[in-house]
Amino acid sequence: MDKIKVEVCCGTACYLLGAANLMSLEDMLPENCRGRVEVEAKTCLELCEKENLGGAPYVRFNDTEIMAQATPEKVLARISELVEGVA
Amino acid sequence: MLNGSTFIRRELMIRIVRAFDDGTLETELDKIPVKLRPKNSISSRCCVYHDRAILKYRLMALLGVSVEDETDETKALSAYYAEKAWGGGTNETKPKTPLSVCGPACSGCPDAKVVSTPNCRGCFARPCVYNCPKKAISIVGGQSVIDQSLCIKCGKCITACPYHAIVKTSVPCEEACPVGAIRKNEHGVAEIDFARCIFCGKCFAACPFAAVMERSQLVDVLAAMKRGEKLVAMIAPAAEKQFPGKIEQLLAACAKAGFKDVMEVALGAEKTTEHETAEFIERMEKDQKTFMTTSCCPAWVNLVGKHMPDLIDHVSLTPSPMIYARELVKAKDPDAKTVFIGPCVAKRSEARRKDVDYVLSFEELGAILAGRKIDVIACEPWPVERPANPTARNYARSCGVTDAVLDEATSKIPGFKLNAKQINGIDRKTCTMVKLHASGKIPVNFLEVMACPGGCQNGPCSLS
Repeated sequence: MDKIKVEVCCGTACYLLGAANLMSLEDMLPENCRGRVEVEAKTCLELCEKENLGGAPYVRFNDTEIMAQATPEKVLARISELVEGVA
Repeated sequence: MLNGSTFIRRELMIRIVRAFDDGTLETELDKIPVKLRPKNSISSRCCVYHDRAILKYRLMALLGVSVEDETDETKALSAYYAEKAWGGGTNETKPKTPLSVCGPACSGCPDAKVVSTPNCRGCFARPCVYNCPKKAISIVGGQSVIDQSLCIKCGKCITACPYHAIVKTSVPCEEACPVGAIRKNEHGVAEIDFARCIFCGKCFAACPFAAVMERSQLVDVLAAMKRGEKLVAMIAPAAEKQFPGKIEQLLAACAKAGFKDVMEVALGAEKTTEHETAEFIERMEKDQKTFMTTSCCPAWVNLVGKHMPDLIDHVSLTPSPMIYARELVKAKDPDAKTVFIGPCVAKRSEARRKDVDYVLSFEELGAILAGRKIDVIACEPWPVERPANPTARNYARSCGVTDAVLDEATSKIPGFKLNAKQINGIDRKTCTMVKLHASGKIPVNFLEVMACPGGCQNGPCSLS
């Protein structure tokens, strides 16, 4: 099974607007998600320009799905859903 | 720490940088409040119109304008922008006071008091009644009631209650201010008494309505860069762990952002250590019973100057790391303009006194990097001539100065003894501690004082 790809934007804008809290996401993964997810810290994904600056910090799942105003809680909840195949 | 206040401030800063670089700042300024709070969008206060009004004041403060001094409410932000002479780094262009209170943003928090909440179960033991030294608590209808005319807000009942039923309400800015410089005026709105204010920035960090604003030099720096002023970024030792990556990468990011040269202020701290140690040894040789206190924290220096004049002679005359860093820059290039970048509000007042041309906070530097799409971790480390000494980089932590001086002194005089004490964060209690040290009741010969708990790394404008 393919791993779920989670890209955390660590561009300076996202970093200033909250991505600093997402740096240790990998350590926060629940047991059932370990090994199933690939978390990557990326340089600017340029979503703060294409989407909206106020939406930072951005996280991208599996190259397509974009989450705005990402928090560790929101990201972990979405990862769990993806792992469990809910949506 | 990130919260709604820091988020909006940083977002506005990034928007300013982007618009400046696009050449649209003058026209964009007045549009930003509406763009951020369009009609029918969710408001943070009563309505989007109140939000917009306050966003305008935030932008004024970011342009360096004092919100209190507004005389013409109809004046557009573009007019403030157009009339100001940007850059230059002269004292005329530097904000006279680094802080400004935005009245319309102030919530006018009710005066602090100790109150009983419905969590009270009217218990049998009634520790609140028994522990109150003023007999201010009685039980009425099975609930504790506090007589406000008797209560001295000592908080004994708060700790005594097993149900956590008694709470203290607070006025966060007044509670945070160590010197009683911020108070509500006759209109019930917070006002800073600048004759008392030491610019520690605690009210700025504490206000949950973000009504206390910093008067920024961000646009000055952007304009100076554009005019080709030779700006040198002087990065405070507190920079460690503020941004992802190493200090050398941060220096490289600054160079990429448009600074002509970059340096660590820790190189200046090395000189402070050297001179401050020599000064200390000399003072002790003259009088063994005296004590010396540090001079690197500008809020502490302001505190002594404004509130503890008896201690002025005890403050080290050695210049702070920022000032030595400025000397190093000027020695290399007399035409260079210096930009101190740190986590501190009070440095803005020191910069005015000591001819440092500009001061940016780490937030403002972050906004420049974000606006110019520079990621610190993607930068190749800057080729520094040599990294600063670890004890100098440690100036950003509480005990850092003490350790550096002790280190230097023992290298000169083996077996050197220092009776050092640290005041780790200025508040009302520690101000009393300072007085106890000064009066000799708690003996000390080297007193390090840092306004921020833990040191500059936890300054009011730090990122982490």
